[in-house]
Amino acid sequence: MIRLLTPRNVVLAVLLAFLVLLPVYAAVFGKPFVVTLFTRIVILAMAAVSLNLIMGYGGMVSFGHAVYIGIGGYVVGILAHEGVLSGFVQWPLALIASALAALIIGVLCLRTRGVYFIMITLAFAQLLYYVAIGLDRYGGDDGLTVYSRSEFFAPLDLAHKTQFYYVCLVLLFAVIGLTWRIVNSRFGLVVQGARSNDLRMQAIGFPTFRYKLACFVIAGTICGLSGALLANHTEFVSPAVMHWTRSGDLIVMVVLGGMATPFGPVVGAVALLVLEEALSGITEYWQIILGPLLLLVVLFARGGIMGLLRLGRAS
Amino acid sequence: MSEPLLQVSNLAKRFEGIVATDDLALNVEPGELHAVIGPNGAGKTTLILQLSGQLTPDSGRVVFAGEDITGLPMYERAGRGLARSFQITSLFLDLSVLDNVMLAVQAHAGHSFHFWRNARKEAALRQPSLALLERVGLADRADRRCADLSHGEHRMIELAMALAGQPRMLLLDEPMAGLGPEESARMVTMLRALKRQVTILLVEHDMEAVFALADRITVLVYGKVIATGEPAAIRTNTQVREAYLGDQEAGHG
Repeated sequence: MIRLLTPRNVVLAVLLAFLVLLPVYAAVFGKPFVVTLFTRIVILAMAAVSLNLIMGYGGMVSFGHAVYIGIGGYVVGILAHEGVLSGFVQWPLALIASALAALIIGVLCLRTRGVYFIMITLAFAQLLYYVAIGLDRYGGDDGLTVYSRSEFFAPLDLAHKTQFYYVCLVLLFAVIGLTWRIVNSRFGLVVQGARSNDLRMQAIGFPTFRYKLACFVIAGTICGLSGALLANHTEFVSPAVMHWTRSGDLIVMVVLGGMATPFGPVVGAVALLVLEEALSGITEYWQIILGPLLLLVVLFARGGIMGLLRLGRAS
Repeated sequence: MSEPLLQVSNLAKRFEGIVATDDLALNVEPGELHAVIGPNGAGKTTLILQLSGQLTPDSGRVVFAGEDITGLPMYERAGRGLARSFQITSLFLDLSVLDNVMLAVQAHAGHSFHFWRNARKEAALRQPSLALLERVGLADRADRRCADLSHGEHRMIELAMALAGQPRMLLLDEPMAGLGPEESARMVTMLRALKRQVTILLVEHDMEAVFALADRITVLVYGKVIATGEPAAIRTNTQVREAYLGDQEAGHG
């Protein structure tokens, strides 16, 4: 028997309804900035979902995942700068560039595990961070302003805030659906087996390296899409988006929401960014409050927020 | 008698002067449960390692189903139907029991670059996995987390995973190791049910289990075969009694 009215399902249903109806709320109460805030949250949630695929399901803790946000963003920014505005060109190229980067980084990093894997992914991210700083033609350290958002077909206008929000939201749902299919497929089972006991997987005949690499590339590609969206959203891209602290934020979102759960990263992204927004309104030193809160979750709720909600069902 | 399924002849392995396997010959007939016993240090594990391909013998031949497999690596032997269960359990503890067995079934079902279909709902994976769990008596545990099961049940899962490739022959390395009396009894019942369905080479310390299960027994001492025969003959064999008595005395002395 599957009970539908579990605390977790109720919270998820409310959250999803809230995300879908948000622009209506913003219009009725005249708070357009809420749409802007949540567009950002939805985009970063997508990046967190992609990180969850490798970190939560695959056990590959990448400390450089934000690098694909930067790559996706810079592809859109650079193409716009050079006068190529069609989204049909920009977005596929953003995905391809991210996939290639993930392939190269993955081939080199996946030979290591544990702390070494974390350090090497971090090193690659920092490398590309400094490459971006060196892009003098495209703003270097100051970043690159994107004067025009990606262009698609006639009625769709990404410069329209509500339209853009829904584009991001639909893509987020699509990405969650896609990762859900992947983790429950044969491929997903192999990736989870490799997280659980890599040596045994090899002993029963799986060449785990190529499966983990494929998973790493899929995650990087999805994250590249969120980068393309973020560049459109902020109409700006700078090396800061791929700074290692951004990668750290993504890890926090996944851990806070609940690793290896389909909606955990979304819940984590909403929780972290809303808290950040709310606390920074109260005090300039909001991190003093946020830090201990995160500590409490990590220490006492190892399954993150989704884990806490599951506990609620058991009792 | 028909052609033996496994023929071992003149097998030898030395480790820096220590003779671990000494001109060893052994035949396992199709369908039989053949046990290998011997005091500590008799070279039982070294033999299993050489049969499974983890260790290369210095000389001699291993012939499986009429084919010389002496030089083949482990995964190729597994592909030819010679499966091995591990002495130390090595499972996917944070996955479900069914997932564990399904991964073993999946390993023998072509490549796994399938991204879309729900693997847990694929009859081609699910049915054989459930059947295997049924065979080892764990069907009712299928959806439990592997880590929540007992050591004895872990050994059963290990066995189910070894059976997943539908092997022609199983190499069982001390399946009773670390089991309580009740669990050992269950394992014996299970192996008895497996007999005839698959040829088994069993290395085991538990004498009661060996004599209850084996069709034939080979006794190793210092890497050499000192006797091969039916349990009744082995029980009364004076050489074997001496070897074990000597071992016990040394153990107590």
